[in-house]
Amino acid sequence: MITKEEVEHVGWLARIEIDEKESDAYAQKLNSVLDYFEQLDEVDTENVPPTYHVADIMNVFREDVVKPSMPQEDVLSNTENKQEGNFKAPRIM
Amino acid sequence: MAAWTDISNIKQKIADSSAEEVTAAYIETIGKSKINGFTTVWDEAINTAREIDSNGHDGPLAGIPIAIKENISTKGLSTTCSSKILQGYVPPYDAHVIERLKEAGAVILGKTNMDEFAMGTSTESSCYGPTFNPWDMSRVPGGSSGGSAAVVAAGEAPISLGSDTGGSVRCPAAYCGVVGLKPTYGCISRYGLISYANSLEQIGPLATTVSDIATIMDVVAGYDSRDSTSINRENNYSDALKDDVKGMKIGVPEEYFGEGIDKDVEKSVWDAISKFEDMGATYEKVSMPHTKYALASYYIIAMSEASSNLARFDGTRYGLRAEGENWHVMASKTRAEGFGTEVKRRILLGTYALSAGYHDKYYLKALKVRTLVKQDFDKALANVDVLMAPTMPASAFKIGEKIEDPLSLYLADVNTVPINLAGVPSISVPCGFVDDMPVGLQIIGKQFDENTIIKAAYCFEQNTNHHTRRPREVA
Amino acid sequence: MVYENPDGVRIGLEVHVQLNKLNTKLFCGCSTKYHDSEPNTHVCPVCLGLPGSLPVINEKAVEYAMKIGLALNCSIVEQTQFHRKNYYYPDLPKGFQTTQYDFPIAGEGKIVIEGEDGERVIGITRAHMEEDPGRLQHMGSIDKSKGTLINYNRSGMTLIEIVSEPDMRSPKEARRYLDKLRSILDYLDVFDGDLEGAMRVDANVSVFMGERVEVKNISSFKGAERALLYEIMRQKNHIRRGGEITLETRHFDEARGVTLSMRTKETENDYRYFPEPDLVPLRVADRVPEILKTLPELPDAKRARFVKEYDIIDMHARALTTEIKVANFYEDVAAKVDPKAAAVWVADILKGELNYRDLNIDAFNVGDIAEIITLVTEEKITESSGVEIIRTILDNGGKPQDIVKEKGLLKVEDDIVAKAVEEAIAENPEAVADFHAGKEKSMNFLVGKVMQKTKGRADAREAREKLIAKLSE
Repeated sequence: MITKEEVEHVGWLARIEIDEKESDAYAQKLNSVLDYFEQLDEVDTENVPPTYHVADIMNVFREDVVKPSMPQEDVLSNTENKQEGNFKAPRIM
Repeated sequence: MAAWTDISNIKQKIADSSAEEVTAAYIETIGKSKINGFTTVWDEAINTAREIDSNGHDGPLAGIPIAIKENISTKGLSTTCSSKILQGYVPPYDAHVIERLKEAGAVILGKTNMDEFAMGTSTESSCYGPTFNPWDMSRVPGGSSGGSAAVVAAGEAPISLGSDTGGSVRCPAAYCGVVGLKPTYGCISRYGLISYANSLEQIGPLATTVSDIATIMDVVAGYDSRDSTSINRENNYSDALKDDVKGMKIGVPEEYFGEGIDKDVEKSVWDAISKFEDMGATYEKVSMPHTKYALASYYIIAMSEASSNLARFDGTRYGLRAEGENWHVMASKTRAEGFGTEVKRRILLGTYALSAGYHDKYYLKALKVRTLVKQDFDKALANVDVLMAPTMPASAFKIGEKIEDPLSLYLADVNTVPINLAGVPSISVPCGFVDDMPVGLQIIGKQFDENTIIKAAYCFEQNTNHHTRRPREVA
Repeated sequence: MVYENPDGVRIGLEVHVQLNKLNTKLFCGCSTKYHDSEPNTHVCPVCLGLPGSLPVINEKAVEYAMKIGLALNCSIVEQTQFHRKNYYYPDLPKGFQTTQYDFPIAGEGKIVIEGEDGERVIGITRAHMEEDPGRLQHMGSIDKSKGTLINYNRSGMTLIEIVSEPDMRSPKEARRYLDKLRSILDYLDVFDGDLEGAMRVDANVSVFMGERVEVKNISSFKGAERALLYEIMRQKNHIRRGGEITLETRHFDEARGVTLSMRTKETENDYRYFPEPDLVPLRVADRVPEILKTLPELPDAKRARFVKEYDIIDMHARALTTEIKVANFYEDVAAKVDPKAAAVWVADILKGELNYRDLNIDAFNVGDIAEIITLVTEEKITESSGVEIIRTILDNGGKPQDIVKEKGLLKVEDDIVAKAVEEAIAENPEAVADFHAGKEKSMNFLVGKVMQKTKGRADAREAREKLIAKLSE
């Protein structure tokens, strides 16, 4: 069972502000899904390796050859928050 | 111009008139649309068509209009994943598939609606409002590529691209009565596809005929060095268009006809399998015992990956930015405001599933179950050429019916998600109607054996007429 | 003598080395030569983390990482992959850092440093590859800034994080470790340590076997020593006042020379590592033999060879092999002149003059130093003239021969001095008489005469000796 407090903690980890009113509703919906997930406990996975990739490939590389970068104008084209070629954000803490 | 048609028809029309006229006719049709399938019509479309007229183009899709899902990056054309958080985002680059389409002469008509960040089965969670099913405006078109399927079904575009993470091409194809393919993982470059769950998803084409699916695949599939999971393997998909399934061995997994399946849908699928028998194929029942665990495994993996993939939407470089006294607060307010409820739920669940203390119980366990699900496919496909099953356990549901209950929505994906866990290809083709709503037959193949499922689908299409029926509401 | 480590200091270092000698970043084709460029001009969809972009690993970066691992005597892992380290910070354009987790490319290793009481082995825990975040500029200090400016030119640069065991017992040993690491990396030619941000240090420090404190944001070796001295003092004072040291992360404020606690909600983390689905595993251990072949002779081996081959003292060999450029310079000089003399001149004299002027060995020419050494060993000039020539070249330029001529530094021939001595005696009988009478000062007069006659080119001491010898006949 995920508690209201855990919902708020996970919300902060995921940088999603959740106010107290919402956290109850989230906890309820999340728990119904987590309950459903519980069924995996039935499956015997002893000695079963995890599958991270379905494609059985390895060692995919690129050569160390320079490709053109984007013009600064394009880099900053999707924000109003910029200053002297930098992105501008609120202070860190 | 009633535009429910296919590529060869449009080629004839272009030859008779011009690419410009064809594109203009589609834009006019879109203008009158009631289904809310397009989010944006590209103002460059008509110019592209004009250029093709004046300069000529010998590409396989010269002058052919195509609709693109909102999550595939198009340079200079808004790409938002139907999310408020990406409002105003215009990619400065083209996805690999867009580059290929442009080279082939295709005319990009615009972008199509989807469930926010591809997280859904109904296209109801879009910030642009729901897309309606052209067969019945009170029903969902399926999702998440609901817009891409609906616009093809409504004749607003002859072909489209969607993406399929857990059924997002096949589900709306089935619900809208069109053809949709989820290729083998690694078949089409994901470069430029905004990730929902990277290890599961592929871009896939939607069209009115199997032949068009093969034509699109010949253009967009193939190796791309910018996608490390792209497989270097040559294939000609149109070579598979042969009306011959004699001797083809079909496996019918009984678990795909389990609890919750609509009896009429089940009947349509069995009728289709009988049709294959008539055409010279044989079938046998197979068992894929881990199917019932696929859904939970799929959702845990998809949510976990999504929780990380969607971390970049923090209000710093593009899209929405909320006010906040410091960066962290700004980011968490931006994300609270910018993401819809279902997206937030999945991010929270994914974050939880990966967090200290729960990683092994959820994430790692899901990956182990994934191995078992994949082994089911390996075993089943060792003895047969293809597997057949209903794409969706029922036909399209009503708008609003499931949106408040996430779990019931997830359960609709029960027959599509195992395919993504295994990475194998699967095509959905129309195989009948239940209460005037289309039903999809899912044909699943071995890894990189798209040609066998395309051949089966083509053969079925050539010998049936389900695909010729048009939605009433649109005609 | 055994070092007692009275405060029970234990220091472990995490060093981030930026492989700026690669042409491109770790996962994209953007150029690494951004150091003198406008902000956000060396970025692409991949290193800017634009939606839909995908990483592809730079093969050369993997080779460099293996080279470093092998040079640090590490084992190379059989199979590895990249993981996502999930946390939120504005310098991370994807909201996660792509790094290595449970299988770092290089496992346990070790290096030897000159410790407080002789040679000391410092254990290497691991070395792994990861991407560099962008660069933040706080508008004001970090705790009171008005805003943050972000430049992603650095984003996606290849970093190798080298983690040591807590085997160092003093800031001095930490400094020696860093110097040794830098020396090895220089030899490998994988980075230019003079570029801004090429080596960045985080330190773990504890005293009296207590909890460790992590000190971040140390940007230079000097800074590391200062930060450690401060932090050790802080911990000792804190304990003395009855406080307790708890696990925490502190930020080094270089300007003020202090470490500041960073304990806030913003720095609490749960990194939720998982394998990067957009990259496939690496199985590169089979390349080890081939990479071993490309490994150069490393500082310790070179030092031993110098002692043996050139018959020079260990102290000189060490000084000559710290920097690969100096070692190569020395060998070139030793090929032309007596290696022992070369060692003295390069290690003691030339390096000193260069350090004094904050110059490196590139500022001097092998031919010039060889010529100077030859002039001294053939006794054509005095040692102090040799030093003067070096200084002149460094300060004003020029060639040794010209400087010798201009400054008239050639020692005069013996017969010229002998002649001048004879003349001085013959022409100054009174002074000679005074000398015989025991008046020491008259000798100074005679020496002055000899110097006058030789226009100052004679060595005064030599002139005196020759005069005394003549007068004692």
